[in-house]
Amino acid sequence: MGFERPQLDSRSLRLQRQIAGYLGKAPTDARVIDVYYLDLELAPADAKRVAQALLADPILEEYSFTPRFGSKADWLVEVGGVPGVTDNVGRTTAEAVADMLGLDRRADLVRSATLYAITGDFSKAEIDHLCVGLLANPLVNTFNVLSQTDYPALTYQAHSLGSAHQPRVDTVDLPQTDEGLEVLSRERLLALTAAEMRQIRDYFSREDVREKRAALGLSDQPTDVELETIAQTWSEHCKHKIFNARITYSEPGDEPVVIDSLFSTFIKAATEKTAKEKDWLVSVFTDNAGIISLSERDNIVFKVETHNHPSALDPYGGALTGILGVNRDPMGTGLGAALIFNTDVFCFGPPDKSEADLPEGILPPRRIFNGVRQGVEDGGNKVGVPTVNGAILFDERYTYNPLVFCGTGGIMPKFIDGVDTSLKPIEPGDLIVMVGGRIGKDGIHGATFSSIKLEEETPPAVVQIGAPIVQKKMMDAILEARDRLLYRTLTDNGAGGLSSSIGEMAELCGGAEVELEIAPLKYPGLDPWEIWVSESQERMTLAVPPDKLDELLALLDSRDVEATAIGRFTDDGYLTIRYDGEPVALLDIEWLHGGLPPLDLVARWEPPADPGSKSGAPVSIEPGEALKQILGSLNVCSKESVIRQYDHEVQGTSVVKPLVGPDNDGPSDAAVLKPRSDAPEGVVTGCGINPKLGSVDTYSMAVSAVDEAVRNVVAVGADPDRIAVLDNFCWGNPILSADNPDGDYKLAQLVRAARGCHDAAVALGTPYISGKDSFHNEYDLGDEVVAIPPTLLVSAMGMMAAAEKAVTMDSTRAGDIVYVIGTTKAEMGGSHYTELAGTPGPPPGFDGEIALTAYRRFHQAVTKGLVASAHDASEGGLAVAFAETAFAGGFGLEVNVRKLKVDGDLSDVERLFSESNSRLVVTVSPDNAAAFEQTMADSPHSRIGAVTDTGRLVCVGVDDRVVIDEPIVELKAAWQAPLKDIG
Amino acid sequence: MTAKVKTAVLRAPGINCNHETATAFELAGAIAEEVHVNDLIAAPERLREYQILVFPGGFSFGDDIASGQVLASKLKYRLAEPLEEFVAADKLVLGICNGLQVLVKLGLLPATDGPEAGDSVWTQEAALTHNESGRFEDRWVNLKVASDSPCVFTKGSPEVIYLPVRHGEGRFLPQSPELLERLRGAGQIVVRYSDENGKPGSYPLNPNGSVDDIAGICDPTGRVFGLMPHPEVFVRSSQHPHWTRGTGRTIDGMAIYKNAVNYWVS
Repeated sequence: MGFERPQLDSRSLRLQRQIAGYLGKAPTDARVIDVYYLDLELAPADAKRVAQALLADPILEEYSFTPRFGSKADWLVEVGGVPGVTDNVGRTTAEAVADMLGLDRRADLVRSATLYAITGDFSKAEIDHLCVGLLANPLVNTFNVLSQTDYPALTYQAHSLGSAHQPRVDTVDLPQTDEGLEVLSRERLLALTAAEMRQIRDYFSREDVREKRAALGLSDQPTDVELETIAQTWSEHCKHKIFNARITYSEPGDEPVVIDSLFSTFIKAATEKTAKEKDWLVSVFTDNAGIISLSERDNIVFKVETHNHPSALDPYGGALTGILGVNRDPMGTGLGAALIFNTDVFCFGPPDKSEADLPEGILPPRRIFNGVRQGVEDGGNKVGVPTVNGAILFDERYTYNPLVFCGTGGIMPKFIDGVDTSLKPIEPGDLIVMVGGRIGKDGIHGATFSSIKLEEETPPAVVQIGAPIVQKKMMDAILEARDRLLYRTLTDNGAGGLSSSIGEMAELCGGAEVELEIAPLKYPGLDPWEIWVSESQERMTLAVPPDKLDELLALLDSRDVEATAIGRFTDDGYLTIRYDGEPVALLDIEWLHGGLPPLDLVARWEPPADPGSKSGAPVSIEPGEALKQILGSLNVCSKESVIRQYDHEVQGTSVVKPLVGPDNDGPSDAAVLKPRSDAPEGVVTGCGINPKLGSVDTYSMAVSAVDEAVRNVVAVGADPDRIAVLDNFCWGNPILSADNPDGDYKLAQLVRAARGCHDAAVALGTPYISGKDSFHNEYDLGDEVVAIPPTLLVSAMGMMAAAEKAVTMDSTRAGDIVYVIGTTKAEMGGSHYTELAGTPGPPPGFDGEIALTAYRRFHQAVTKGLVASAHDASEGGLAVAFAETAFAGGFGLEVNVRKLKVDGDLSDVERLFSESNSRLVVTVSPDNAAAFEQTMADSPHSRIGAVTDTGRLVCVGVDDRVVIDEPIVELKAAWQAPLKDIG
Repeated sequence: MTAKVKTAVLRAPGINCNHETATAFELAGAIAEEVHVNDLIAAPERLREYQILVFPGGFSFGDDIASGQVLASKLKYRLAEPLEEFVAADKLVLGICNGLQVLVKLGLLPATDGPEAGDSVWTQEAALTHNESGRFEDRWVNLKVASDSPCVFTKGSPEVIYLPVRHGEGRFLPQSPELLERLRGAGQIVVRYSDENGKPGSYPLNPNGSVDDIAGICDPTGRVFGLMPHPEVFVRSSQHPHWTRGTGRTIDGMAIYKNAVNYWVS
């Protein structure tokens, strides 16, 4: 199907712009044509009806049964899906065609493709380059380049999926040597160490195990199903081995200390220490997402995941699967939550980095950016979950390992008909019901794959493409079933597929029996172990009381959602899997979940010689110019073009949006939602992340990230005594070995970051409710291994008794008084100014007691309605916060930084650009000034100036000389310029 | 005291604004039920219980093939008669965003020959295609409301209202210049993108490149109305993007729902 009137065809016009940008010369013409292959014998009249009434828009488009649209084009490029990769359009079209013609539904009835008809002065090599670089990703797409003479070759080729392969189960003989075990682990992509493999060998040689197995006819060696199950369960992704390792940590001049599990010592401990005063904590660390209490009626949940490795290979599919995957976490928490918001944070290489500077197989950062953004757009918008908060950061070292953090919040009533929705009970005899999509070979080994570093020969089988509508349909249906209590509990099928979901649920109940041949497949030919660990998307696993099964299946069927009972839960202590009635796995559940030996690791800290310095001599730069350059830097600049492409107000809950101010373009610190239309409570979400500090000192990075996340949500009105946080660590490889000689340093950085997380959270009283880590974010260039900078994302979810007390960051009235809350210190290390001008200094410290008092007093002022606007001061320091406050509201600001509350003798530059923690820029109406100052009396604050109607930002320095005097329109323009047209 | 007005808010795979749309009708005093399209197909007579039928926003069937196409096709082949009966029975139909796309695909809008014109009701006369920018955008826009329109939903509306658009395929293109003239003549162009004073302008004031800045249209009776912007997310003042600045005290979205309910009460 193609457009009749090319001038109205935005997709084709966009393609023409993209080709011009990519190849450096514009095509004479380029058209996008949709192609549908129907695997069906159709009468000509029916074929015409399908084309006219369904596939082509009668007003805009024309159709043809032959590729005649391209008949004048120099080149035709047909891009389709690799067989087995989800074809969402094909699947929907198949349903519509079946409806229309009264046929039985068949998923492979229709295959969709896109035809690009390109005319212009291009060589075959250029068109090939265009295919790989812009039109197709060879990992998920097939493409076919044809010149005019080849047109007849464009015929239907049936995708023969699956094969005549007879499914079989292999027994794997475990070698006696460590070397042999390592080879086996590598060849099967198990990602297990020799010590772990030995543990497995020991288990299978145990007398009691052998007897029990012999009774069922199983040998004394594991089957491939068993080995894969163990590898999934013991993967870094599922078991967080590094966070649970025994670490010997040393600093120069100090005795080494042993830390038994970073998770227990720092993260969980922080929650335990703060939990006493937090009666709103409901469930932490045990379920798919943390649960806290919002009101008498509702609980809310939050989870943030990373999806880094897949996004490096296929940015669109990786990010889409990432967002849909994290959606299933709140959905699979307790009895299941409805989703209320998404967040996303990306770290990319510099967008102007050219493809020529990259090794083969590495996608340019700009393409990754666009693909990831599109994936999150489709994942959020199409599922109807508002994307309300996030960040985008750039650093050279993310070029090979981009980071994609996806978060989702949810809400659920505390009780449904008296049943506590936060619990996960399972009774022996409950049926195991798989709901949602079918199983294919997609995503096999995702959990173990994320536990190894990327190399050029990374297997493409791990790439998956999510189907937002399939998942949305499933979620809607499951919520209906939840409200009728048609199941007892549920969990999601994420990494590790059924092996994880059923494995985890079996642990709750004490056993499970699965009949694997019943599980519905996309195509035949999968071996049982593949069915068991496949990560095919859009699936949940439910525990269903037998007497509810019929009603559940009937409901799901009426919503076009497939569901199949594939086994039952037991309490015999074993995970038993059968295929065609024959046992293929028998594993002791206690051993499976508890038998993993802890890692023993070494961490060695070396403080950087000159913290925060940059190579080369300091350069001199005018403060006004520095401000403009920082506003126009990639990490600080406006992300409006990206934010607008996300639906941030679907569900109608928005109270504070990501873009604020009279022109709807100011950068909000955090989002406020009112999830129930008939209740006043607000949910606030924001984040903190600063990898620049990670390169200086990860302790400073961690305390700063926690403080920034908390400060951001407090700035818009969250109650500082009702904030929960989540940690997401993304690191290189912190395990010392011959080919990773600085592994002990990277682990020391991790120890310090975890300690920082602990200290800041305890001081601020913000418990961790969930977290996630991602290691091995490294790329082997052959002669050099590039690791990402240590990166910690802290996400905060806060609550407000009344959402409509919220404040925003835009200045609102000329004459309002400008305050700075907090103390400014000479902490230039890791700051934007230092990156610009090379002035070293220590990184920001943190005083939690002072911070918490400030946030509490500020919150009182907000609650009393005394605050006109408030903005977090972080990246770029106060100067950036002043500028943003001014231009977001359309007013000027005149401030005197001599009046700032400072610690020590600070220069103008340090006052303006130091990135000290725990500071807010606040504007207050003169009528409220006295009450505001009284409220803030026991917390450091300074009254430094006023909002003006001059349209200029004027900063007066310590000697009463004007140091910055810039029109806000110019500051805003500098801030908006860099990413205005990206995406 | 009359019985409360009953509204059916259609659910379908990929529709995602059903809940807030139902909430808006409840705030306006109606009973609103979220009804799944498959349940209606199974029991079409249920449609008779309702006075108002709403096609909410979202991405029905993922916008695959074209936005609204697959749901429209399903309704046409599985629910045509009950829908015809509903429209002919002097009842109200509202389509928002994806809902407008569905109504246009179905031919229920603009339906220039009127709702009782037989087969021609099911003839598509206009299209909503990809935004000129090629992008999905979430953006608040000003809308100039036609005072001479028969549209039931905008009676007594302020001259300019403020609502968000959130779409990638909202560019309204009529089949022909003649059709555009007919729409103008019959007052069927209900809301147009404009500046805050009601004056037309280019992007971003017109966010998608719609012909004649068309943001919403009705059928000749004014009882069937569809628009790209989302009135259901401006039914409390704190949904206005500038509410913290003390603006947005008139709640523009609410009036549309109240008008629909009042049509039955009065």
